[in-house]
Formats: sequence, C-alpha cells, structure tokens
Amino acid sequence: MEKFDLQEREVWDGNYAASQALRQAQVDVVAAYPITPSTPIVENYGQYVANGYVDGEFVMVESEHAAMSGCVGAAASGGRVATATSSQGFALMAEVLYQASGMRLPIVLTVVNRALAAPLNVRGDHSDMYLGRDSGWIQLGAFNAQEAYDLTLCAFKIGENHDVRLPVMVHQDGFITSHTAQNVYPLTDEKAYNFVGEFKPVDDMLDFSRPVTYGAQTEEDWHFEHKARQHKAIFDSRAIIDDVLEEFGKLSGREYKRVESYMMEDAEVAIVALGTTVETAIVAAKELREEEGIKAGVVAPRCFRPFPFDKVRDALANVKAVACLDRSAPGGAMGALFNEVSAAIYTTDARPLVTNFIYGLGGRDFSIEEAKRIFKEQKAHVDAGKITTDIQQFSGLRGPHLGFFQTKRS
Amino acid sequence: MQDLKLLANDNRGLSELENGTGLVGWHEVTQGSVLPSFDGDATGVQHKKSEERTYSGYNSYTATVASWRVVKPVYNRDVCIDCQNCWVWCPDTSILSRDKQMLGIDYDHCKGCAVCVEVCPTNPKSLLMFTEQTPLEDALGEWPEKKKKEDK
Repeated sequence: MEKFDLQEREVWDGNYAASQALRQAQVDVVAAYPITPSTPIVENYGQYVANGYVDGEFVMVESEHAAMSGCVGAAASGGRVATATSSQGFALMAEVLYQASGMRLPIVLTVVNRALAAPLNVRGDHSDMYLGRDSGWIQLGAFNAQEAYDLTLCAFKIGENHDVRLPVMVHQDGFITSHTAQNVYPLTDEKAYNFVGEFKPVDDMLDFSRPVTYGAQTEEDWHFEHKARQHKAIFDSRAIIDDVLEEFGKLSGREYKRVESYMMEDAEVAIVALGTTVETAIVAAKELREEEGIKAGVVAPRCFRPFPFDKVRDALANVKAVACLDRSAPGGAMGALFNEVSAAIYTTDARPLVTNFIYGLGGRDFSIEEAKRIFKEQKAHVDAGKITTDIQQFSGLRGPHLGFFQTKRS
Repeated sequence: MQDLKLLANDNRGLSELENGTGLVGWHEVTQGSVLPSFDGDATGVQHKKSEERTYSGYNSYTATVASWRVVKPVYNRDVCIDCQNCWVWCPDTSILSRDKQMLGIDYDHCKGCAVCVEVCPTNPKSLLMFTEQTPLEDALGEWPEKKKKEDK
C-alpha cells in the first residue's frame, strides 16, 4: 500500500477528517451513494482506494437503501465496513439501519447532519440524526472537524468490541463542520490503526466451518426477547464507550466524555445542545460570565444514543434553569432533547426549570447573541422562581411570537 | 410411485414450526438472531449427502415448513426421463434426486408452487398438481395419456 503523507497539523474540513479516519482504520468495504453534504467523505475514500492507500473495496450502488444493504452484507460476511450519508439519503437508509443494529453488525456510518425535505434544503440541522434515534445505533456527536476525525476512529473500536457488536453513527453538522476547514491534528497511520485494532469478525458468513443464517423471522414469541437483548447491549455499551474515549484521550491528549460539561461547576443556568451549537453556547456563556456575572454553563451529550440518562442528570444536578435546544422540527411534540433531558432530571431532587427551544432549522444561523439571550431568559426564570415564558419557543424565527404550553408550577 | 419411506433414515422435517415451543428468555437468545446451520464444525459439509450432515435445530431442514400447501406435485416415475429440470428450478430444493436419478418430492418443504410441473418437458408430464388430500395411488391412477400432436 502507498504511504499517505500526513503533517502533524493538517487543515481539514469535517468531511476530509472523517474520510482520513476511514482510511486509517483500513475499512474493507465502503458501499456508498453520494448526497450533499456528506459526499466528500466517500468521494475521498474512493480516491484513497483508487490511489492504493487502502486495500479495500469501494462499491458504487444505486441508492442509500442499497448502500446500507451492501454494508450489511459486507459486515455479515466479516469485514470492517463504513459509509456516509445525510438527510434524504439517511431517510432512505432507515429501513436498513434497523437491520444492521438488529443483526448486531458494527458498521460505522458518518452522518453529516442535514435538514429533511420538504421544503428541500441542503443545510445542516438535526432532523436526520433524530430520525435515527430509535434505530438501535450508537450515535456520537462531533462539534468540529477534529472531533469528527477522533470520534470516527473511536466508533470502530466501540462498535467492533465483542461486548458491544453494534453499529455506530458519528454525526457532524452539515457545512458548519463538514465544509469548514480547520486545524486538525491527526494521529500517525500506525498509531491510529493500532488504536482501532485488527477487525475480529463474529458470526461471519465467510466462515465455512460455521455457516450461519442472518435475518431470521421471529414473530410474537421471539421478537421481543431479541429486541430486549439488543436494547441491553446498547445500554451496556456505555461502559465501553467510556473506556474507549479514555484510551483515546491518553493516546491523543484530547479528552472526550459521553456528556461534556463546560463551566458547570458553579452554573446557575445551562444550555443543553448538540453539534456545533455547543461551541456557540460556550462562547456565549464565557462572555456572559465576564460581562454580566451570570453563571452560565453548557451541557452537551457527546453520545446521543445510548442516551446518557445517568450523566445528563449528574451534569445538571445543581443548576436552577435549563434550556434544551432542539435543531429538528418535532412535528407536534416537545423537542426530543427537551423530553429526554427533562425525564432524566425529573428523577433528581433539584428538578430545575426546563424550557425548550426549536432553532436553526434548515441551517438557520444560531448566533452568540441569541445564545446569550436564551441564557438571560433562563436567569429571569430563576429570579422569578418559575418559567416566565412559554415552555416551547422558537429561536431565530421570523414572524409573530410562536410558543406552546405554560408552566403549572407555582 | 414415490417411496414413502424415502426419508426414513433422514432427520429432514422432524419438527413442526409451532408457536410457544422451546421458548427461552431474552438473556439466552442468540445475539443478532444469527443462527448456526449445523452442529459442530461444518468444514466440508458440502461434500456430504444431506442425510449425513449435522443440521442444527435452527436449520429449516430439520423442520417441516409445508403446512400451508394446498396443492401438491405428484411424481410419476413411469414417464420421467431424469432430465433434472425440476431439480434445477425448484425454489425450495424439494426435488429429491440422487446420482441424477429423480426419487420424488420432499413434502416437508415443498410449498406447492408448481414450478416443477411447469418446467417438466415430458409428454404427459411426469409431475402434476393434485389437491393436498388426494392419495398418491389415486393421483397416479388419474394420470393423463400422451397427447397427440395437433394437426395444423
């Protein structure tokens, strides 16, 4: 194989960073179909294959449904497998996502988050990520290009662990991460591959000494037990995710946690968010602390699935008001992050005031100023001792105020 | 007529697929519902005759999966030319043949699709469909005569 020339510091966008992680993991099979904004991940990977940097197969297919189907077949055969997609492509993959997790195949899917049509939109929001939240995949969130690289390497090691055996998605925000060139510090090829490790297949169909059936039919007398075992496996993966992130931290000096907390030691108000918004909220919190003395903090689930019920409520144990930011149209519900965070902190004594913001749909910018305004609003709830606004509001939306439901706590 | 003791020494079609049998808890089901086809090391199994293979309880070979068949193919040895066309085309590998000689139908796996009848080239056909309840003797007694070529 050709040696890829890497500098200690590279200027990569999120797509390129993810593709480099796939190269270093020496993926055996990538079956992929292009879609904005994730196309460059598999495009680059195809180039690595063509130029001899990877000893793998690049399979061009006719749709994302076929892409994930190809990945399922290759993974069941016993190979290290990855692909990438976004938005409509993710939606088209949805059926096969459940096949992959139900069959316990450790496929890595790098998802560049993008809105779902209609109306058609290529920009980043979290609609596709949310669509996958019940699919039985582990979902990790990168907030920038460096993390997209780091977490993609971690994803292989987590999913392929024989105590896990689950597919893993690594999410990054469309364009803001995927197309913004930033400093990225890659590991050397050797270090990266040794970290990920040799792929060790289980129940592989190419093991002719032990032929197996994939895709058994289980009706009402068996299906439930299989799904329960799968559910336990994804919850049990929490400990292994923690271990892998810790090992990666020692190797790279970059520490990750299932739930990231920023300035939460003494925080009175907090924003809970996912993706690039986390970095915006951190800047806002820092500035607010300096400018107005508001004790603001940020909590960011790095791992969206398995949902870190344990770590989220620990992180929010001492705050008085929390704003949960959902970058996906919930379609007649409260936002998913709001619901899940609220459920977690309802089981604590603190039970802070929790509100929900729907924001940033279709790539609508979320500014530092807006994050500050939300923090200040939380502070007002704290001072009043109750939620003073609608519980669900829209941030950055034109037109008359839109909000739903008021508190019944006095 | 088909030798009805053909499968006597075989473990084919031993068990019925029934709800509520052999149930285990969630902690005992296989991961990913992946099911091994054979018991033990199956290396070289393709070179063994089916009755010599150690099919596992998960393999449909050991189960009878033909309960919903309503019409069945009946095989007439007297007309058959052992061309193996039915063996090639059967979607459920339910044509029993050994050393290129047709032996009969695997009624534990045949779903009654009639593909074998469709592809049979003899005149009259060596395979014909009858209702499930028709005894084989009756079916063979009703076998049609050879058709004459129609004048044009």
